[in-house]
Amino acid sequence: MPQDTSSTKPLTPGSLEFNRQLWKRRSVRDFLARYLVGAGGTAVIASIILIFVFLFAVVFPLFKGAALYPVSSYSLPDATVGDSLLYSTEEQAEISMRLDTSGTVHFFYTDTGTTIQKFDLLAGLNAKISSWKHVDTERNVLALGLDSGQILIFRHSYALRYADDRRTIIPEISFPYGEEPIDLGIGRQAVDHFAIGNDEDGLTIFAYTQEGPSLVDYAKVTSFLDEDEIVLELASQVSLPYVDRPMKALLSPERRWLYLLNDEGVISFYDIRSADMPVHVEDVQPLDAGSRPTAFEFLIGGISVLLGDDLGNIHQLFLVRDEDGNQHLTEIRRFSSGAAAITGIFAEQLRKGFLVTDDAGQIAVFHTTANRHLLTEKVSNHPLMHLSIAPRSDKIVAEDSSGQLHVWKLDNEHPEASFSSIWGKVWYESYPEPDYVWQSSSASSDFEPKFSLTPLTFGTFKAAFYAMLLAMPLAIFGAIFTAYFMAPKMRGTVKPTIEIMEALPTVILGFLAGLWLAPFVESHLPGIFVCLLVIPAGMFVASLAWWNIPDRIRLLVPEGWQAALLIPVVILCTWVALALSPWMESVFFGGNMRIWMTDTLGIGYDQRNSIIIGIAMGFAVIPTIFSIAEDAVFSVPKHLTSGSLALGATPWQSLVRVVLPSASPGIFSATMIGLGRAVGETMIVLMATGNTPVMDFSIFEGMRTLSANVAVELPESEVNSTHFRILFLAALVLFIFTFFFNTIAEIVRQRLREKYSTL
Amino acid sequence: MSDQTNKSSFTSFMSSGQPWVWMNAGAVAVSMIMVAGLLFLIAVRGLGHFWPKTVYEIEYDNGTNVVQIVGERVETEEVPRKRIVESGIRVDSDKDLIERSLIKVGIREVLGVDFMLTVAPNERSVRVPEDVIVLERTQWGNFYGYLTDVKEVGKTVDVADADLWSELEHRLHRVTELRERIEHIEKNKIGSINFQLEKLRLKRRGLELKGITDQGSYDLLSTEQDMYTRDYEVLKEELDELYRDITRDSITARVMTGDEVEIKLANVVKAYQPNAMTLAAKIVFYIKTFWGFISNDPREANTEGGIFPAIFGTVIMVLLMSIIVTPFGVIAAIYLREYARQGLITRLVRISVNNLAGVPSIVYGVFGLGFFVYVVGGSIDELFYREALPSPTFGSGGVLWASLTLALLTVPVVIVATEEGLARIPRSVREGSLALGATKAETLWRTVLPMASPAMMTGLILAVARAAGEVAPLMLVGAVKLAPSLPVDMNAPFIHLERKFMHLGFHIYDVGFQSPNVEAARPLVYATALILVAVIVVLNLSAIYIRNHLREKYRSLEQH
Repeated sequence: MPQDTSSTKPLTPGSLEFNRQLWKRRSVRDFLARYLVGAGGTAVIASIILIFVFLFAVVFPLFKGAALYPVSSYSLPDATVGDSLLYSTEEQAEISMRLDTSGTVHFFYTDTGTTIQKFDLLAGLNAKISSWKHVDTERNVLALGLDSGQILIFRHSYALRYADDRRTIIPEISFPYGEEPIDLGIGRQAVDHFAIGNDEDGLTIFAYTQEGPSLVDYAKVTSFLDEDEIVLELASQVSLPYVDRPMKALLSPERRWLYLLNDEGVISFYDIRSADMPVHVEDVQPLDAGSRPTAFEFLIGGISVLLGDDLGNIHQLFLVRDEDGNQHLTEIRRFSSGAAAITGIFAEQLRKGFLVTDDAGQIAVFHTTANRHLLTEKVSNHPLMHLSIAPRSDKIVAEDSSGQLHVWKLDNEHPEASFSSIWGKVWYESYPEPDYVWQSSSASSDFEPKFSLTPLTFGTFKAAFYAMLLAMPLAIFGAIFTAYFMAPKMRGTVKPTIEIMEALPTVILGFLAGLWLAPFVESHLPGIFVCLLVIPAGMFVASLAWWNIPDRIRLLVPEGWQAALLIPVVILCTWVALALSPWMESVFFGGNMRIWMTDTLGIGYDQRNSIIIGIAMGFAVIPTIFSIAEDAVFSVPKHLTSGSLALGATPWQSLVRVVLPSASPGIFSATMIGLGRAVGETMIVLMATGNTPVMDFSIFEGMRTLSANVAVELPESEVNSTHFRILFLAALVLFIFTFFFNTIAEIVRQRLREKYSTL
Repeated sequence: MSDQTNKSSFTSFMSSGQPWVWMNAGAVAVSMIMVAGLLFLIAVRGLGHFWPKTVYEIEYDNGTNVVQIVGERVETEEVPRKRIVESGIRVDSDKDLIERSLIKVGIREVLGVDFMLTVAPNERSVRVPEDVIVLERTQWGNFYGYLTDVKEVGKTVDVADADLWSELEHRLHRVTELRERIEHIEKNKIGSINFQLEKLRLKRRGLELKGITDQGSYDLLSTEQDMYTRDYEVLKEELDELYRDITRDSITARVMTGDEVEIKLANVVKAYQPNAMTLAAKIVFYIKTFWGFISNDPREANTEGGIFPAIFGTVIMVLLMSIIVTPFGVIAAIYLREYARQGLITRLVRISVNNLAGVPSIVYGVFGLGFFVYVVGGSIDELFYREALPSPTFGSGGVLWASLTLALLTVPVVIVATEEGLARIPRSVREGSLALGATKAETLWRTVLPMASPAMMTGLILAVARAAGEVAPLMLVGAVKLAPSLPVDMNAPFIHLERKFMHLGFHIYDVGFQSPNVEAARPLVYATALILVAVIVVLNLSAIYIRNHLREKYRSLEQH
């Protein structure tokens, strides 16, 4: 054994010596591995937590209130000429404008108060300003009532210039209807109050003078000389002797309604569609007894009116059409800013929000549709006299009674979102009643996005419900049979098949459901319903036949192959039902069941409806429930059933009395996980429903689900807008929901496993 | 034999519980039929698409007069007579059920439609003409008709009627070669020049942003730019000539309305005479068409042509995802099973990991869009790609973000599978290794991991199968209808992780639901679905096989 001796050589005591260096290297490696794996593992787990944290971080700003940050405060720029009438701020909030009683428009830098430019509007006119009104806040058009019985309409606009890579904003004044004021034809008397409505076709003015009120209507005509110039032509002029002196008047922008508020807080409103014949419609008194009106303004869009009182309440009212088509001015919401009297209401320009100022020097921020009171803050020791909010609602300029100007930055990104506007019924403008609506198209000032997640959540559960209706019986019964009765050989085929079923991409299920199944079901509707009856009946008949078949044939097939025997039966039944379908349709339903349903039963039918979803999504959910339920039934310890069978119970009895009670938690958790999958499924619902957000439980109608909605709308929504964050909220809801149910299911399963291991 | 008498009575049958057992069996049967039926449906429709179908010539009475219809019978179904009559068609039959066929007639430029409906009783005669030709064209859909003339530069070529077809085939061959050359120049050469020019533009912008005023570096860029522009001019000339060549030939053919139509061969992709083909010819045609389908680019808003970019995009995305998900998934599993202290926290983590597999995929998509694309991608753009702003580089969906999102989505699958594999390795193996003096890391690396590798493999395969079929998150993070260039090409740095890509699943959704001509595109969607299903079924079957194999192996190990 010469080799042996040579190989034993390293085994001499010398080489067995502890190799410190090697050991060191090895332990360093071990140490490194421990920390690397630890770091890697923690990183993966952290990234999982990150998902939740990130989604939450995106959603969180939705529910944050507003905040005011002081920017600067300075005394009135050049206050010598006259008292302030109004302030206005341009879109970038860099420049503000102040109009005073002398008719001087004064542009200044918002943050510093430095004067940029001045215009004298009344230069060359022998008149003084007696009142003023916004004509078009979006386009900065204003109207001044003069003491000469005239109205002067002017526009202040801001041109952006780029020179040397620097942006400068140049304010301009223009007169859309000419520099000459519009003469109301009532003689030279001061216009104490007026309201003005302006659209493409014309201009209507309600004016109140010493001699009483009158309504003047002009039509807009393109000038003969210049196509771009618009000339006003007097269409009608009537005086309204029966109208009392209003405290405030408002005329809707589409020149349809005139609202007059008197000192008692009674709002009378008139239908002035024919301006020469105003019709008094109704008087409404929304105020509480003992309070007096203090402010009266339109919300943006001119549909809602806001009425402030001396108790700090603001009432939102708009016209609601009743069943007979009559309009009623209805109080929709009431907001309260505190106890001090409201001094002014200022509507935001891009959203249905508004600000109020009160006697105590406070500013409060509200949003109407979301029914949110976002902020109340005391900003001055003196009452605020005038206020202007920038179009993007990010800056506020206010003048207090001491002549000091205050500038604040307003942080109010998402006032539209509130718990009630996302989940509750909301009474939107022009809707007859409060409703759940999802309508998220891009916002303009006329159109308000409607963000109710309720119809989407409803759709989600409706889809899941119909899917579970199909999947639960098939999957649970199938699992019981596979685990308890089925021959092991067949089980070896069935289980992988179900696993394949689970792996099928849902896009394929959705595509087949939408393009093949939906038209198929539509044209074989009676057959589909008959299938539901014929297939179970067929199974029953088959089992009875098998029971009565002579033993020598019956015993050829071993126990546990019933499922295989039933395959031809099911195929036959389905074929018979579908083949009879056209015949049934022409005999019972006059040739077309769909039309018959609509005409006779009054049920609408969408081609892509809940039946389709039930079948397609049921298909996707079956394997999930099946595998877990099968696992639960299969792992019930065998000695339990052996005992039961030995005591003389039939296999079915031992299943129902022994196996199922102990496996039921597992079946429950299978159902939960299946439900989680059905709730989150996207592609199938996206492709196999009409995606209309309706709240209707009909099996023949479609739905829109949270997940499909996110998939459709998120790529198009503006980053960090309210819409974007609400879509993230939808995702977060899905996440929390599925996580919650899966956790319950998982805990139940683990408990069950522990129980079995002790049995 | 008392058993026998009992058995025959109905009550004993009911009380035996047998009906319920059978009902349960029925549930399995129904599920099996659903799976098999679905696979069968996709296979038949997907595979049938490539088979050259018989073209019929039908004398058809459409109620006002008798017309000729030439086309393929796409599907036939029985419809109640009343429904047909209601749609305003006169039926020459009293039967309750009428056979109605959908005929694909092609020639959209003449008829304005692709399909026609016929009812069997009104079909006066049906013929299968040998000489009918089918042309697959780059626009206006298929063409069905009879060849009358072959023309060269507008002049009729003098050939015998019998040789017309071979003349056409001959000339079509030439056109195909020319087209390949054009495509090569347009896609590869000009594409590469455009890529370089865009790079130069960005470099120039980068210099400007850095505030470099040294004219020298700009001049350098300009010379380079001129070089590429000159190259482009040369290629452009070559292209113009090729285009002149390719438009030389045309044919005239008679269509079903009796009109003669002239068709440029440049627009013809394929020409065949299905009714004259032998079975062998059909098989060859079938294989060629199938190959063309998986190797060509799509045409006509994805409704014609092949799906190569979609297959390629899917593969690249899945590969990237595997590279990311495997190490992280395995490390997390090892950590949870081997290193972490087993207690409440690990148990919670394990439950959460399990649950994550059940979180809707769209949620991952939302996270991917918000975090990877907007936050991470946006920051990368700010830092490294300022010259390209405001058009985003990494700040919009791309193949990298899609892979990362899917990696996050599938990491639970890998963790669960690997953990299961680690748990199955008997304690004795570890203890043996440790007893021999190996450190924990060595034990893991040398004994445990090799034994668990099939389990990791299973996890990875399942992850790949899931990722390949997932569409909803990809809609948010980078899958597009039509990507202008592949994420991997011959332009340095060869792999373009920021590019958008096409994906099989998204392709199905897009063509099936967003395309202008769904009916015509439908066979293609089935074929695409078939390929996707085939890939996924094969992946899953191999995962199941590996897993079963593995179980057998450890069962024997445990018994020792």
